[in-house]
Amino acid sequence: MSEILERYWQAYLGFGIPMTGLAMTIWILLLSVLFGTVLAIPMAIWRSSSNRWVSVPVRVYTFVFRGTPLYVQLLLVYTGLFSLSVVRGTPMLATFFRDGFNCVILAFTINTCAYMTEVLAGAIRAIPHGEIEAAQAFGFSRFRLYTKIILPSAFRRALPFYSNEVILVLHSTSLAFTATVPELLKVARDVNSATFNSLPAFGIAAILYAVLAMVLVALFRKAESKWLGFLKPAAV
Amino acid sequence: MLYGYGSQIWAGTLATCLLTLLTLVFSIIIGMIGALCKLSPNPLLRWTFTGYTTLIRSVPDLVIMLLVFYNLQELINAICTWAGWPQYQMDAFSAGVTTLSFIYGAYMTETFRGAIQSVPKGQLEAGYATGMAPLTVFRLILLPQLIRFALPGLNNNLQVIIKATALVSIIGLLDIVTVTQQAGRSTQQLFFFNLVAAAIYLCMTAVSLIVLSWLNRRYSAGVREVRL
Repeated sequence: MSEILERYWQAYLGFGIPMTGLAMTIWILLLSVLFGTVLAIPMAIWRSSSNRWVSVPVRVYTFVFRGTPLYVQLLLVYTGLFSLSVVRGTPMLATFFRDGFNCVILAFTINTCAYMTEVLAGAIRAIPHGEIEAAQAFGFSRFRLYTKIILPSAFRRALPFYSNEVILVLHSTSLAFTATVPELLKVARDVNSATFNSLPAFGIAAILYAVLAMVLVALFRKAESKWLGFLKPAAV
Repeated sequence: MLYGYGSQIWAGTLATCLLTLLTLVFSIIIGMIGALCKLSPNPLLRWTFTGYTTLIRSVPDLVIMLLVFYNLQELINAICTWAGWPQYQMDAFSAGVTTLSFIYGAYMTETFRGAIQSVPKGQLEAGYATGMAPLTVFRLILLPQLIRFALPGLNNNLQVIIKATALVSIIGLLDIVTVTQQAGRSTQQLFFFNLVAAAIYLCMTAVSLIVLSWLNRRYSAGVREVRL
């Protein structure tokens, strides 16, 4: 164990150029969560709209992408799209889909956006209708209603479920090695095939994932106690 | 229509379905035992299962899968040598079922723990007071109510298990993903066969949703929901 740590710790942590291991895992996590969240905001607004022409397509999207495995979605983007002659014939698309990293970020973003849309839409539905009616009575425009009342409140209420989502994205980053991205599990697999010592090789990766997950959970707990204070029972 | 790969894809689908069902059964058993242990007054049992659930839920499935998959055979060999049994060679399918059950047993433990805690304690005490044996209390009072409280969590877990079975292709099982990838490569129709795989999974998750909503109706008989 200590021998493996001594020889491979740099590969496991991998903060440098080229990025590998833990650093790559964190980078994938950050990008997918960021893009996923940004896209989920309009999706959630459409999802909770009373206009069926707007809400039904979003429902279909979340049903399909939550109902199929992320691994299959990744394969579809990484091996499937690139096998199409249309994609290969267009230089811009070809260079984009040839790169495993791009495919990983695209697949993860679409997938996590579907889950986050449902989380955020649920939070929008949970807002007490009196708050919205009060804003309407004050003559708030639609834009102001969303930016001042609905979204801030929905974000806060969604926080506990949102943190679950982020942990799930962290877990799914381990799939990225199937698209030849050198993240933590890829390093662990390489160490395993170089040393044939699979317990420490995967064990170290498991510990690093667990530590990262716990750090994220602690950060979200802090955020919750800061922004969800208004939902707590009043101090006696 | 499937370029002659229909029967292979059907076999892969059956393998995935069987894997899902076996994992579901075993993880429910582990989860039930785990939940009772986590709520037991014995600190050793409580801490063992708390460690198990915390570890499993903070490490990615795929990492645990590879960790267990590469070490399971050695562990079995060690146990067999220690107990003096003949060596047992584990096949990929049983290894897949074992690993998935081990992982989802932890999630089931948490689901059942929450459900057990939702059953009013006074009802169990009333059972004991009328002279019921602990097993009778479990079977007649705890279990029927626990199922209703556990169903939403069970539903989530089932959805996740179905999707997690896609990962077993990485440890070499002939499931939907492996078969469709092979078919796609040899026919140069990867996009089409990937879509087929996705559609099969979508059907499976949709069917599981329908079955569970039926179970939910059955076990919620006589319970009035809050009307808003």
